[in-house]
Amino acid sequence: MDIIVCIKQVPDTTEVKIDPEKGTLIREGVPSIVNPFDEYAVEAALQIKEKLGGKVTVITMGPLQAVEALKKCVAMGADEAVLVSDKAFAGSDTWATSYTLAGAVKALGGFDLILCGKQAIDGDTAQVGPGIAEHLGISQVTYVQKVISVREDAIEVERGIEAGYEVIETPLPAVLTIDKSANQPRLPSMMGTMKALKKEIPTLTAADIDVKADLLGMEGSPTRVKRTFTPQPRKGGRMLQGEMEDMLAELVKILQEEKIV
Amino acid sequence: MAININKDDCIGCGLCLESCPYPGAIVMTDNTAVITDKCVECGACVDSCSVGAIEFEETKRETAVDIAQYKGVWVFVEHRKGRIANVTLELLCEGRKLADQLGQELAAVLIGDGAQDLAKTCFAYGADRVYLVDGAVFGHYSTGPYTAAFSQLIKKYRPNIVLFGATHDGRDFAARVAVRIYTGLTADCTELAIDPDTELLSQTRPAFGGNVMATILTPGHRPQMATVRPNVMKRSQPDYSRTGEVVRFKADITEDDILYQIREVVEHTAKTVNLEEADIIVSGGRGIGGPEHYHIIEELAEVLGGAAGASRAVVDAGWVPHYRQVGQTGKTVAPKLYIACGISGAIQHLAGMQTSDFIVAINKDPEAPIFKVANIGICADLHKAVPYLKERFKELLS
Repeated sequence: MDIIVCIKQVPDTTEVKIDPEKGTLIREGVPSIVNPFDEYAVEAALQIKEKLGGKVTVITMGPLQAVEALKKCVAMGADEAVLVSDKAFAGSDTWATSYTLAGAVKALGGFDLILCGKQAIDGDTAQVGPGIAEHLGISQVTYVQKVISVREDAIEVERGIEAGYEVIETPLPAVLTIDKSANQPRLPSMMGTMKALKKEIPTLTAADIDVKADLLGMEGSPTRVKRTFTPQPRKGGRMLQGEMEDMLAELVKILQEEKIV
Repeated sequence: MAININKDDCIGCGLCLESCPYPGAIVMTDNTAVITDKCVECGACVDSCSVGAIEFEETKRETAVDIAQYKGVWVFVEHRKGRIANVTLELLCEGRKLADQLGQELAAVLIGDGAQDLAKTCFAYGADRVYLVDGAVFGHYSTGPYTAAFSQLIKKYRPNIVLFGATHDGRDFAARVAVRIYTGLTADCTELAIDPDTELLSQTRPAFGGNVMATILTPGHRPQMATVRPNVMKRSQPDYSRTGEVVRFKADITEDDILYQIREVVEHTAKTVNLEEADIIVSGGRGIGGPEHYHIIEELAEVLGGAAGASRAVVDAGWVPHYRQVGQTGKTVAPKLYIACGISGAIQHLAGMQTSDFIVAINKDPEAPIFKVANIGICADLHKAVPYLKERFKELLS
């Protein structure tokens, strides 16, 4: 089974600190990591390969330094890694990103299954996975919380919904987006890390994939960022004082006065 | 395409650094802002410059569609077992305001199998019109048929704005519809407004775990589409005397539109699991001490008629299932009341709950960061405080 995993390099937002005086973000020294949900997608791919054989290829669209994220996935056990990078892709929104990635997937030849993380922790959109599926005209299952069974032409999964979950069987090829409870991503092995160091990672540019130039990058993107700003940090309120019973009685009174309860 | 900073004009004020969502993409060198190779050319800095020194070299593009032909605000109606989701009712109220500002109609899109009775609720919450798509294939939400039906409706009736709840199903198929129609979709919006000058929909959303807010426009494509977080928009009182027009639409669904088969739908049996729709959430963190104590969190939640959540630490330790996790790698919630018990308040957790209306924190550690965002902080042992609160509320609410 040929599996392609689409990953993204993201800033580790848990490392972001707020400047207490200015209330702005301190960005210096924030490390880049593999988007956490994508590690679950890589793990799901490796487990399927272990069952059915085949090949796992990780791809990412991003700047040159995104190679580091690809190497981490190779160290986890991915067979191949491909960087999709070109100035022409710059400024892509989710429409143009999924269009470009769908083009890259086609350029790589055949595939049976495409896996993505549920969403990226920087943009949080969850739109690129379904976008790729639509551009390729294939099936999708999002919020996959468990892979139940897999065979060459179909896969059965649990899809999380607010009220519980659905058991879905989809024919392949398909795009699945993987949620956190699906598995426990393995750590890179020593062997894998050595392999990743030496791994040649080819780059696909706009010229290498069959895409229309005016649908790429900012030009191809329907949305525009008008502005970004740092939200007002939430102000801490009152610490209640006194014996526990008194504090809790006061809390109940406040919640009633505020008509919250 | 490229971003250029004109060195001669730059006064080194640093505003562009604050506007930039990508760490290290702009640096200050010799009191001048310089773009590095970390820049992804998103364009966010362009408007921030106080002296107009930043330029975006963009090739002008003909508008893809005739914008004037697209009129009306639409809301996708999410429903389950004969009940409309709260987020849909919130969106109808928000959509009503947007439609009034534009002087356009508000329509609800109701897709289902025998769901026509829900139309009157849509009218009561402000819809002028209901597009009804009825058929056995729509009985349970399924990506392919919903994408096809919704896209066909858009092509025929050309709405200006389309709003979806940022739920699992909403996010699942809105992204596909946006690609099929070739229009923009802004995810997880927390604020919508009509720009008075351009009449464009101004879509504001958090990014980077809520550390940055971004306002997004869809200037040249229609409809302007957004998914909107549950519990953020305010719901007003329904008016059941309102009526409207029901337009039946026959969607053309073929074999190819059926992407997958749903074998089974399994619902959680516990009452306290629907975090997204809950008005009150009680969450437990590592301070609960072990899985055997989580029941006190659930019991307080149940007495309050709310849902019970958890921090990542508790989920990763295997004490409670992942579907209860609040935070960046769990769920994002915005209830009226969030009670954090034994949760220290890592940025990861705050990202998922800091837009709650009212936050109460109960923690033994007076230095816990959660107290910095809580409206009311109580330094106490949760094992005593939570059961005590439960009893108090039980008396009060019975």
